[in-house]
Order: sequence, then structure tokens, then C-alpha cells
Amino acid sequence: MIGGLFIYNHKGEVLISRVYRDDIGEAGLKAEQPIISRSVPKPVSCLKRNAVDAFRVNVIHARQQVRSPVTNIARTSFFHVKRSNIWLAAVTKQNVNATMVFEFLYKMCDVMSAYFGKISEENVKNNFVLIYELLDEILDFGYPQNSETGALKTFITQQGIKSQVPTKEEQSQITSQVTGQIGWRREGIKYRRNELFLDVLESVNLLMSPQGQVLSAHVSGRVVMKSYLSGMPECKFGMNDKIVIDKQGKGGGSEEAAKSGKQSIAIDDCTFHQCVRLSKFDSERSISFIPPDGDYELMRYRTTKDIILPFRVIPLVREVGRTKLEVKVVIKSNFKSSLLAQKIEVRIPTPLNTSGVQLICMKGKAKYKASENAIVWKIKRMAGMKESQISAEIELLPTNDKKKWARPPISMNFEVPFAPSGLKVRYLKVFEPKLNYSDHDVIKWVRYIGRSGIYETRC
Amino acid sequence: MPAVSKGDGMRGLAVFISDIRNCKSKEAEIKRINKELANIRSKFKGDKALDGYSKKKYVCKLLFIFLLGHDIDFGHMEAVNLLSSNKYTEKQIGYLFISVLVNSNSELIRLINNAIKNDLSSRNPTFMCLALHCIANVGSREMAEAFASEIPRILVAGDTMDSVKQSAALCLLRLYKTSPDLVLMGEWTSRVVHLLNDQHMGVVTAAISLITCLSQKNPDEFKTCVSLAVSRLSRIVSSASTDLQDYTYYFVPAPWLSCKLLRLLQCYPPPEDGAVKGRLVECLETILNKAQEPPKSKKVQHSNAKNAILFEAISLIIHYDSEPNLLVRACNQLGQFLQHRETNLRYLALESMCTLASSEFSHEAVKTHIETVINALKTERDVSVRQRAADLLYAMCDRSNAKQIVAEMLSYLETADYSIREEMVLKVAILAEKYAVDYSWYVDTILNLIRIAGDYVSEEVWYRVIQIVINRDDVQGYAAKTVFEALQAPACHENMVKVGGYILGEFGNLIAGDPRSSPLVQFNLLHSKFHLCSVPTRALLLSAYIKFINLFPETKATIQEVLRCDSQIRNSDVELQQRAVEYLKLSSIASTDVLATVLEEMPPFPERESSILAKLKKKKGPGAVSVTELEDSKREGGELNGGGDRGQDTATMAASNASTPSPSADLLGIRSTAPLGAAPASAGSLLVDVFSEAGPTAPSAAVNDDGFLRFVCKNNGVLFENQLLQIGIKSEYRQNLGRMYLFYGNKTSVQFASFTTTVSCPGELQSQLNVQTKPVEPLVEGGAQIQQVLNIECLTDFSDAPLLNIKFRYGGALQNLTLKLPVTINKFFQPTEMTSHDFFQRWKQLSQPQQEAQKIFKANNSMDTEVLKAKLLGLGTALLDNVDPNPENYVCAGVIQTKSQQVGCLLRLEPNAQAQVQHTDSPERVSHNYSSIPNFLHYLSPYSVNI
Repeated sequence: MIGGLFIYNHKGEVLISRVYRDDIGEAGLKAEQPIISRSVPKPVSCLKRNAVDAFRVNVIHARQQVRSPVTNIARTSFFHVKRSNIWLAAVTKQNVNATMVFEFLYKMCDVMSAYFGKISEENVKNNFVLIYELLDEILDFGYPQNSETGALKTFITQQGIKSQVPTKEEQSQITSQVTGQIGWRREGIKYRRNELFLDVLESVNLLMSPQGQVLSAHVSGRVVMKSYLSGMPECKFGMNDKIVIDKQGKGGGSEEAAKSGKQSIAIDDCTFHQCVRLSKFDSERSISFIPPDGDYELMRYRTTKDIILPFRVIPLVREVGRTKLEVKVVIKSNFKSSLLAQKIEVRIPTPLNTSGVQLICMKGKAKYKASENAIVWKIKRMAGMKESQISAEIELLPTNDKKKWARPPISMNFEVPFAPSGLKVRYLKVFEPKLNYSDHDVIKWVRYIGRSGIYETRC
Repeated sequence: MPAVSKGDGMRGLAVFISDIRNCKSKEAEIKRINKELANIRSKFKGDKALDGYSKKKYVCKLLFIFLLGHDIDFGHMEAVNLLSSNKYTEKQIGYLFISVLVNSNSELIRLINNAIKNDLSSRNPTFMCLALHCIANVGSREMAEAFASEIPRILVAGDTMDSVKQSAALCLLRLYKTSPDLVLMGEWTSRVVHLLNDQHMGVVTAAISLITCLSQKNPDEFKTCVSLAVSRLSRIVSSASTDLQDYTYYFVPAPWLSCKLLRLLQCYPPPEDGAVKGRLVECLETILNKAQEPPKSKKVQHSNAKNAILFEAISLIIHYDSEPNLLVRACNQLGQFLQHRETNLRYLALESMCTLASSEFSHEAVKTHIETVINALKTERDVSVRQRAADLLYAMCDRSNAKQIVAEMLSYLETADYSIREEMVLKVAILAEKYAVDYSWYVDTILNLIRIAGDYVSEEVWYRVIQIVINRDDVQGYAAKTVFEALQAPACHENMVKVGGYILGEFGNLIAGDPRSSPLVQFNLLHSKFHLCSVPTRALLLSAYIKFINLFPETKATIQEVLRCDSQIRNSDVELQQRAVEYLKLSSIASTDVLATVLEEMPPFPERESSILAKLKKKKGPGAVSVTELEDSKREGGELNGGGDRGQDTATMAASNASTPSPSADLLGIRSTAPLGAAPASAGSLLVDVFSEAGPTAPSAAVNDDGFLRFVCKNNGVLFENQLLQIGIKSEYRQNLGRMYLFYGNKTSVQFASFTTTVSCPGELQSQLNVQTKPVEPLVEGGAQIQQVLNIECLTDFSDAPLLNIKFRYGGALQNLTLKLPVTINKFFQPTEMTSHDFFQRWKQLSQPQQEAQKIFKANNSMDTEVLKAKLLGLGTALLDNVDPNPENYVCAGVIQTKSQQVGCLLRLEPNAQAQVQHTDSPERVSHNYSSIPNFLHYLSPYSVNI
């Protein structure tokens, strides 16, 4: 189980330190220190200090960047995640389930950002009482507890101490909710307008060879929902999952199967929010759930087949002698011409001995950014089935270094209003038997956004 | 040097540096640096000429970026250009960049050397200095090659400025240190020595460092410097503090120069010339006198400078070791320092006194400070000072004060720092032994030592006690009594139990008369500690028990009971179990006479150097040789106590007998008769060997046919083994292809150099067999194993075997080894199953003489069916059951696969048990004569069917 939890800033200073067990920082970590010749038992604060220092010295200030998220120092394991400049480290001396620890750390990040937004040094410092309060609630003697933001918000608030003492009913309600079966939704929620927002957010990752051959491509997507529904509604979500559609196709008419089979997608793997009934998914592959109130992420998924690649990048690099390089890059948009892609940015790396760059582009703006050793070409909007190009002339400074330029890939960023995986929401049904509103009364909004992940083409 | 003028302050650089310092994160810093680098690159592009100032600025920025830890791969040319500038600041930055960034093999080195040459030959002293500094800072061999001949000329030239001379001297020193062979002083020697007479003190100070270094290598050439140094020293010492103006530091005239002169004199013996010597003694006396004078300033710098000279002078006095008067005065002076407020002074005083104590003249004088030193040991706050105090006590100890010093050290030990405890224990043990007049005192001391600091008492210490007790009759009774009393403490250290067990086991009878220490009481006392001890100690105690049986027959029953109980006789530790079983048997079987002989008192140990001393030396390491040397010299005067080095003895035993974890506890010396478990089988014999019953294999034959034959019927095993090398084989064959893995194991701890192996196919084998391999690593580390893969293709029938030639260097000697690789035609057999009918039909078809071969041979020992079967299968053929009408016979069939053809082969082995003759028929369905099959059947003969 987790022995302690520390939050560091980028300098390695400890912002938050919570120790759950005394075993961390003992025995082995002593060896990290210079010779200690006194055998007097050390106070607990000293034990903690050892662990804190060990992580700072061996990970944050390590000479070589530490890539592994788990570091073992003197038989003590440090699990860390980094959010911008902040390091969260869970420390344990025992043989714990590493995925559990990381799940907890991620959850903790979620909870913190739900309470005070971005996790930054300043925010952590401003909210340190709150963080300790949260830590008390979500981790007990090193065992993770309920870390659902919705539930936590009912009894850990940022408004300070409430003036009136909560009534007995309120107290019992909190207790039953926190300990009950549906920990993520409280009862008695009422809305005048029952509304539901559903976003399909996907990021498409690609690595392409200079000749246009796809070396690797996958889409990782999320279904994010925002629900404002009264009572305890039961929801059912359907999409064009290949398995479901094939199953239905077998049951129903064959021509329907053929028609819908074309549009269905193969999901490689997916994970759900805890509100989804997994048993039902396993048996019927239907996604049914009682939604939490407000924002939540219903599911995550990954696909690798039949991905629609929104852009194609065609690079042309020509070395003219030792001191000159000519680069021409063509981008082609590959989707319906009625759709508009936004925030397009192409990043063309330049050699390290670049001494000057001349640029010509037909569309958008291009600039040589010396601080990043790259040419950045930005286009605000671009419709489908279009093409655009940039040509650059790079002057090089001859160096006495014989190392050849490694030619890093050209990367690209964009946003398109469709799902590159081909995912379609087929239905989202809401049933609330107790209250008198039906599926038709709920206003539903669906949106698709496809973004670039690591979208690279070798040159 | 001219100061940087105001107009030269590089604003761009300052802005850049402050930008970098203001960066919040590493990423931001890298971005800023990338931007700056791009900017500098665009400036250095070369299409427009840069003025000196901007060149300097950008080179400076590059230097700064480099020092931040980023790679710089351009700008070298610009830096070299700066060297030829006429402005000091530009030149300086150019030199700075070059001494930091240009590595020796750069192609620019020629240009740089050229620029340096120009500057050296210029008449501008600051430029010359810059060039010299650059040479010294780079200090590479190339620099030495280019300038080693030039610099001495500058150094001794009459018209060189003083500041340049200083730089030249230090530069030469640096070059001499990096490549002494290139700096040849020869003709310059006397002129360099005469630099000691230079008017300018700075030049003298610089030159003396050079001379000291040079004279350490060849003292004779620089002998003349002694008188010069003495006269220089006397001039400084006798000068008033105002005479030297610039070189007077807080009222002390030229302290650095004085120290260096004194240090130079320490390279030589006392001067023989009376006048010189007189003058030197006078100087030293003056220095000692000055130390007594009241300080001229309260500033710490004043006293530091004064004391620095004083300590150097004292070192010189100790070095000469011939002036009793001076030595005693030095000692008194140090005595004053012992009580000084300044901790550093006390430390230095203790350290110097340590060396003074070794001089016969001052030993007595040092001894007068014993109280102060003891006090220092007790009260000093700094552990390093306490350590020095302990060293000094050790050094000043002799017979007269040994008891006091040992007592003090013992009492200090209780509170001593853990880091120095072990050393202290060793020192106490040595002193107690060396100056012991009364051995009961010695025993008391050591037992006290074990009581106080048992954890830090190394094996050697208690071995030594036992050596001494055994070698000294007069102390044995007392030792037994004291040990017995010490053991009565409720908690005593394991080392105490060891000593107790040993001594009571040997000499328990000497105190058995007293009813309070009757044999049974002794035994019960020892046994009460038994369960708390580690395995080696328990083993020792078991030996003590068996000795008890011999000493006191009345305890026999009790002890046998103890030995017989399960926790002993079935102990999970082999050593303890073995001892328990053996001792129990010994005590119950052997008669009293035998027991008395076997368990006789240990004979006196041979005299040998004390192992404790060796241990102390090892612990001190090379850093503190002086103390141990002193120790050696004093030993000759001191009394050598009896006793040998049991520690070493047992250590070697431990090494030689791996199954004995506690050799030191082996009181009886019956180890050789003990039925040790079978010695661990050598690695070779562990490998399954089909022919192993044929007798032990000869491990190291020059060309190893023996190993070869063993592999006819098997594929894996050890091909060759000698003291140096083991070659293992793993091979697999499929159809006409084979792959053989050769494992070369280095059995020594030394690496084999230029290890090469070649596989050759002699004669016509070349066309019959195709062997391919890759070369192996030329270095085989000690204890390591390397692997080589051979790919073998059988082209056609063959009878010879490929040769493996191994060459390597072991400790300088070239080893050459040629082995036959066990590749035989039968390796390419593929077993074929066939029925009786088929077999005989084919057998009969093969009737032509060249298709058939028959061999009758003798077997050496009885023919075992299973063994024979295994061998025939190993041959590669299929063993066919129920084919031959005579069940005694063995029938085999197989196909030999070669690249050119496949050859079927039938074989019948007819053992004749009565006549002990075997008969083999081997018809082959071949078109031409196959001679090789009978050949390797012949290989079978000595092994499989020995008659």
C-alpha cells in the first residue's frame, strides 16, 4: 500500500507531504546519506526527510532524465507522474500493484483539477489546506478510497465552513451516498430542462514514410458527456461498433447488415467510466449506465483499422552543396470538401547549423523559429480536398562537426469536425421511470472533434 | 594587465546572460539558447565581415553556452581570428575560448600554434603572457612538442620582463608535469637554478616551484640550488618586515617563498658544507625564535603565514633528524600549539609530533606532552583531531608509559567514534602485546578490549591472544581464570565466547581445582552462550566440548548428551552436523589414550610477524605510511613476542577447503582424517558422458585424440580441458548441415590476450567438408566464457576431421593448441526405420565387396545391453528391434546425408559373449568404396565393447 505521497515543484522542493506509513525512509535509505555514526533511533520526520531527499536527488535532479515512472531507491519504490512542472510521487516500501498506484495518482490529478483547475505550483500552494483535506479523504492508511469528484464535492467544499450545521437528513444523505452502491450520483436532482451534451474527441496518430507509406497509425478517442438530467435516469448509448452491428445484422435482414457493416468500426480496446454496467457490456455489448451529474468521461477507446487520415504531407528535401538546403512541403486535405479543418500547423525541423531561412508559402503564415530549430507554418482554416504548399531555402553554416543531420520527421497539428476513426453515435436513450419525462423530452447535443496527436511524416 | 576599458563592456552578452538566468525552466533556457545560436550562426555566415568587437562578443556568448553544458560545433575559426587581433581584450577572449574548447586533435591546432608563436616572439609582455597561459592551460602533448624548446629560452633570456619570466616558469612546470620527456633542461639547468638569485621575488617564487619539481626527478643536476636556497632563505628570514615591500604579507616577509624554499630543501639531505649548514641552522633557529615573539598583528592572516613557515621549518628539521637541539625546540614549540585555541593548529601540531616521536632525539621530549595529548583525545570536538591524538599516543608509546597509554585508549574506546574504533582496537592490541612485561596485564587488556568494543575486534586480534596464551606457559592459568570470569557476565560478546571456548578447551584443567569453576560449571557456562552464537563460534564451541571430554572424563556423559541431541546431530548446517557426529563417535569409540593423543594440547605456534600489524597497515593505506614505517623501525627495538600467525594459516585453509566455513575454529587438526563429503565433482565430469565408464579422461594432451573419440557417439560435452582453458562443445546436425557451438572458458583469473581460433580442413577434406565460422573476441577475461559458432556442411563422404587451432597469450607466454574437431561422417546419419523383411532384402542386395565391410574386434569389459544400445543410437542410426532372428544381435539402419548424395547404411553388431568377440557387418549401398564407416566403427571398439 502507499506509504506516503509527496508533491514537488520543479526545483525539487516539497509542496505537499503526507506520510501514511512509517516504513518509508528506513534502513536502506539511510545508506544514501553520508556516514551516520550515531545509532540513536531517528524521529519520524527524519525518516520522511530521507525519502523526500532520495526522490529529489535521484529523480528530479538526476543527471540523466529519468524516464521510468517507477524508481527503486534502496528498496523503496517511488511512483511518479508529472503535471507541467509539478511532480506527484507516491512512495511505498511494499510490493504494491503499480497500476493501482498510478490509477490513484491520475485520479488524484483529476480531483485536484476539478477543484482548482490547472495543477501548477501556485495553485498547489494556494490550495494546500484543501489538498490535505482531499488526501485525508481519498487515501486511508495508504488504501485508496472513493475519489469520485462528484461525491467529494458534496462534503469537501471550497466555500469554507458552512455557517449552518447540516441537518440530520443531509448528513445521512451524504453517508448513504458515499457508502452506497451509486457513489457518483446523489438523489433528488431536478432540472427544468433536461439536457445532454455528448462530445466524441479523437486524436489521430500517424507515422508516415517519405514515400507516403503508413508506418503506424492509430486513433485514441474519448466520449465525454455533460448531463443535466433529473432524478436517477437510466441511459443507453449506442454506436457503430462492428460487433454489435454484426450481431444485429445476423438477427435482422441481411441487406441492413451489409449496409451498416460498411460504416461500422472495429474497436481495439476500450475502458469505461465506473458508472457503466460492465456485466451488461460483456454479455450484450450494450453500454448502459446511470450518469453522474455534470462533466464526466464515459469511455475511452482505441482503433487501428480503417482510419481516415485527414491530411497527407508530401515532403521534398534537396541538399544543394554543403551550405544550402531546399525544402518543399505539400499538404493535401483528404475529407469532404464541405468540412473545414482548423488550427493547422506544420512544423518542419531545420538542421542545427541553420544560419538563415527564406520562405514562400501560398496560404497561411510561415516563420522560422530559431528557438525551436523549426519552420512553423500556420493556416487558420482549410476546406477538404484542397492542397497547399510551402517552399523554404535554408542556408547552412559549415561546421567542423562530421555528424550528419538526423532529419527528424515533419509534424502537424490540426482540428477537424469529424471522427477520424469513423465512429458514429447511433443513439443515446434516456429512461426515467419515476419522473414523468421521456426520451423525447431530453435535448441532446452531439459533436465530433478530431485532433492530431503525434502526426508525423518522415522526410 | 590592462583593465578592460569601459567601452568594451559587452552589453549584448550581459543581456543574454541575464535572459538565461531569468529562465523559469530548462525548456525556456534551451529555447533561448537555440535562438541565440541561430543568431550567432547568421552573423558568422561569412557574407559580411564582422568587426573585432562583435566577433569577441559572439565568441564570448558561445563560450558561455558551452559552459552551460551545450555542444558548440562552430565559432572556432572566429576565435582563432581573434588571436591575431591587436586589442588585448579580443586576444584574451580568443585565448580563453581556445583553452576551454579546442581539443588537441583539432585541425585548427596549426593555426593556433602559429598565433601563439607570433605572440611569443612579439615584444609585448602581456601578449607573451597570454600565449604562455594558453600553452599551460591546454597543456597537451602537442603543445609541449611545439613549445618545450622555446619556453626555457624565454625563461632565462636576459631581456625578458619579470612577469613573463614568472609565466614562463609556471608554463614550463605544467609542460614538464604532462610530458617530462619533452622538456629537456640540460643546458638551461644552471641558469634556471640561478633564477633563485633573481631580483624579483615573483620570479623566484615561480622558479622555485619549477626547480622543486625538476629536482625531485633528477636531484643531482640541481644540487647547486641548496646553497642558493639557503642564502635566499637567510636573506628573507633576517630581513625586516618592511624590506620586501610588495612581498610582505601581514608583516611576514615573503611567506610563500619561504615555505617553498624550505620545501625544496626537504628534497635534499643536510648540506655538507659547514658554512652553508651553519647558515641554515641559524635560519631555522631564527624561525623558531620568531615564533616566540609576540604577534605583530592580531589578524589571522599574520599568524597563518607565520605558522606556515614554522611548520615547514619543523618538517625540515624532522627531515634532517640530526640536530637534537632543534628537534627539542621544535617539539616544545609544537607542545605550545597543542593547547592553542585554533583547532587547525592543534591538528597540525599533533600530526607533526607523530613524526617527531619517531626521532630518537625528540622522543623523550614528545613524551612530556602525554597529559596534553590524552586530554586532547578526551576533549577534542573534532574527530579528525582526536584521530591524530590517538595516532600520536600510539607513536609516543614505549615501555615506560605503555600501561598508562593503553588504559587511556581503552577508556576512550568506550566513547570513541565508530569510524576510528577498529583502528583504535588494533592499536591497543598491538601496544598491549608489544610492551607487555606482565602477560596477565596483556590478557586483561585484550579481554577488556573485547568487552568494550567487541564488534570492532577483528579476527586477527583474538587469534593473536590465543597464539600468545598458547606460546606462554606462565599466563595460561591466569588466562583461563580471567576468561572464565569474563564469561560470567550475562551478556558477553561473541568474540569473548570464542576466546573463552578456545582457552577453556585448552587450559580449563588449570582452574578446574576450584569448585567454583569445576569442569561441569565451565561446560555449563560455555553451553549457556552456545545458542546465541553464530555458526563458526558454535563449531568452535563443539571442538571445545570434545576437548573437555579429554580433559575431564567426568563431563563425558553430559557432553555426549548435548552432542547427541537433534539440534546438533541433525543441524541443518553441514559443518556443525559433521562436527557433532564425528565428535560423538570419537568420544564413544576411541580409548582414552587415543583421545588424549588426538585431543592433545595445541603445540606452540611458530614465530611470525603479527597479523595485526599487517592489518593495521592495510587499514591505514598508503596515505599513512610514515606511521607504519615508524612502527617497523620501532619493532626491532621492542620485544618480539612469541606466537605465530594463526590467522593467515586458517585463512589459507578456508581457501583450500570450501566445505569448511569455520577453519579458525578447528582446534583439533583432524580435518584431514575427517570423512569430508565427496569433493565437488569437476565441471567436466558432471557432464553426461556416454563413455565415462571407460575410465578417467586424460585432461591435457597436446593434440587431443582422446577427446575426439569420445564425441563419435555424442554431441555435447567437454572437448578439452587443462589448467588454463576449457573447451565445451554443443552441436546439432540436420541432414547434411551441422552447427557446432564451441565454448572457450578461461579458467584463470587473468585475461587471455590476442585469443584467436582457426578451423582448418587439411588435405582433401577441404573439398569434402565446408566449415564456416566468425572470428572470436580477442580478449577473454579471467573466469569468462566466450562462444563461437561453426556452421558445417557435409559436401560428400569424408574420413578425416577438421582441425581447430587456438592461439592466445597467457601472462605473456603464447599458448598454442591444436585439436581435432569431432566432426565425423556418422553425424550426418539419419535414422531409418524398416521391417525385418526390408532389412534383409536390402542386406542381400549389397553383395559386392566394396559395398560391404566387416570387422571383428575385442571388447575389454562385459557388454552391457543398455550401454551398447545407447551407443548405437548415439551413432545416429535407428536401432531396429525384432529384426534379426538372433535377439543377441543389434541391427541398425540409417541414411548418410551429404550435399552430393544420400547413402543408405545398414549395420549389424553380433556380440559373442563366450568368445568375447564382436563381429560387425556393415554393408553399404554405395556406388564406390566407403572406407570411413568401418573406421568409425573402429572408434567404437575401445569404448563400447571393451573386452
